[in-house]
Amino acid sequence: MTWRRAIALAACAALLVGAPPFLPPYALTLLTQILIYAIFAMSLDLLLGYTGLASLGHAAYFGIAAYVVAIMTTQHQASFWACLGAALLAACAAAAVFGLVAIRATGVYFLMITLALGMVTWGLAFRWVSLTMGDNGISGIARPSLSSGLSFARPLPFHYLSLVAFLIAFGLLSLIVRSPFGLSLQGIRETERRMRALGYDVWLHKYVAFILSGAFAGLAGAMWAYYDGFVSPVEIHLVTSVETLLMVALGGPGTLVGPVLGAGVIVLFKNLLSIYTKRWLLILGLVYIGVIVLAPKGIVGAVRGAR
Amino acid sequence: MRSVRAVAVLSAATLGLGVGLGVRGQAAKGPINLGLIVPETGPLAANGKDMVNALQLFLEQQQNKLAGRPVNLIIEDDAGVPATGLTKARSLIDGNRIHVLVGPLSAAVGYAIAPFVTEKKFPTLFPIVSSEDITQRKRSQYIVRTGWTSAQPSHPFGKYAHDTLRYKRIAMIGYDFSFGWEVAAGFQRTFEDAGGQIVQKLWSPLGTADYGPYLAQLRRDVDAIYAIFSGADALRFAKQYADAGLKGKLPLIGGGTFTDEHVLRTMGDESLGIVTSLHYSAALDTPANKKFVQAYQAKFGQLPSYYSEGTYVSCLALSAALESTGGDVEDREKLIAALRKVDLSNAPRGPIRIDQYGNPVENEYIRKVEKVNGRLQNTVIHTFPMVSQFWTYKPEDFLKNPVYGRDFPPCKNCGK
Repeated sequence: MTWRRAIALAACAALLVGAPPFLPPYALTLLTQILIYAIFAMSLDLLLGYTGLASLGHAAYFGIAAYVVAIMTTQHQASFWACLGAALLAACAAAAVFGLVAIRATGVYFLMITLALGMVTWGLAFRWVSLTMGDNGISGIARPSLSSGLSFARPLPFHYLSLVAFLIAFGLLSLIVRSPFGLSLQGIRETERRMRALGYDVWLHKYVAFILSGAFAGLAGAMWAYYDGFVSPVEIHLVTSVETLLMVALGGPGTLVGPVLGAGVIVLFKNLLSIYTKRWLLILGLVYIGVIVLAPKGIVGAVRGAR
Repeated sequence: MRSVRAVAVLSAATLGLGVGLGVRGQAAKGPINLGLIVPETGPLAANGKDMVNALQLFLEQQQNKLAGRPVNLIIEDDAGVPATGLTKARSLIDGNRIHVLVGPLSAAVGYAIAPFVTEKKFPTLFPIVSSEDITQRKRSQYIVRTGWTSAQPSHPFGKYAHDTLRYKRIAMIGYDFSFGWEVAAGFQRTFEDAGGQIVQKLWSPLGTADYGPYLAQLRRDVDAIYAIFSGADALRFAKQYADAGLKGKLPLIGGGTFTDEHVLRTMGDESLGIVTSLHYSAALDTPANKKFVQAYQAKFGQLPSYYSEGTYVSCLALSAALESTGGDVEDREKLIAALRKVDLSNAPRGPIRIDQYGNPVENEYIRKVEKVNGRLQNTVIHTFPMVSQFWTYKPEDFLKNPVYGRDFPPCKNCGK
């Protein structure tokens, strides 16, 4: 790392940590939302960008984790760590089961299977009323507090909690994609047959990536439940999966910065544009089309290409 | 290097937000900022439009002033999605952009917003959301409903169906989510209390294109079929019911949204004779309603639906509350207290007062679809005056039961 980068990093970090107290409440809310969606988008990118598997059911792990947090906090008053642990475990378990079914397929078949599995999960959330309260959703999820007395109830502490979660996810995912395992994943994305010929267990690599990806989606889901204080089947719906897919595609698949950028752009577009115009969906649509036509590798890809 | 960029992106976002939103704020004693959260996109957009129309009509009639202060209307689109609705509520309330919130339409968005406005102690009016628990087991001191609870019109109707229509056995079909369950459950409870029997309950998902399989399953050895749908589903069900040759053989009755004006506008003669219950009908023959319907029709070229009327009544309630506080919207506690005391004698739907749970006590109308001057309308055939959300049950006993649902009250006569 050059001294220039180090200074830039330090300045950005200082800003990211130092600025939130001075932000107006709504801006802080949006920034928290961006961080959580960024975790979710990065988790999907591990599959889409690094392993070359486009999943349309990723909201399942996000939603399952969110429901675990919702049920455990509202019905059992479980602690933050217990909730987080159980949520991650549930997301991993779901990914482990779904992975067994989905990893067998590739391309459009993988897309279809994950879509179906995602909708099955949505159907469960919608119809298993005794557990999930059906379409009314579960409300009244309190923001977490630690046994040491540290409470994240107020927006600012919760924002920092999300920042920590984001940095951990970013750090771990950076390690994963740079590790030999991550490089093999990228090899599989490029040419699966060659990797197989070289003796790599392609299925196992994909399977582990699938579970890891589910785990990070679970982290985002758990944070989301705390953030929103409300979980309903919409969180698991196809629309959520597609939106996340678009975040990754917009920002730049195969990079970790891309999904973060995509999450930021979409959250801001959705919430700020709509203040000014009813036609915000149209503008968002045009942006998607523009990016796909002009910058198929996303914003990050376009910026890199321009250099 | 990548991590540097990510951090840079976030920092830029942080700064941008601060600059973009920091300047938002409002002067004391300026205009009253009224926030409306409705679906302007998505499948509920048409109903959301009815709500916006009513609000605009009301403001126009008041020369855009409430209690002498100009009104600044801010409309936000929730697309019918809970998380979006909640984010919009945060934007409106945390961003200090509004003094009072009206909305939303969808029950799920209502449940998502309720804890937030309660936490913020923010005066909120729910014109449409009818989920029972919003003013029952999960009631909030800061939410006043000007619409209804799902079962509020069903309770009197169950009794009416047994005592006056003389039905003894009824089969039900309806939406397979909370709204459908709640409307049907209220009917089932009072119908069976009166001595009737619900012998079948069928559920179909939102947006069912073909009701054929359901119609085939519906029992024929009953006195009537009770249906609870709305919008395009109501349209399709009524049509396919007639196509299946059931119309004229088995009387069709149902929940109020089944033939509400929002769908009656597009229905044909297949809907003639359907009897339903609701707290409003555009055909209600009172001076206040005639005036409202006339003004609405003149401005928008169509009859108001219950979505329109509900929102209009929210405005009436807000206006009455503001008159009593002298236009003071800055004092939230005072405003919400005034809203909870609202007693309207002259709403389009009739008299309304707010009970201690924040829900209106209002007339319930039994309506029959008839054709008058070549146009379909919900002719009021009977009025139950001033019905509470608890009907004649004691509120304490009522609230001890679980909320109405798929399995409550249990269908003890199903299959008989």
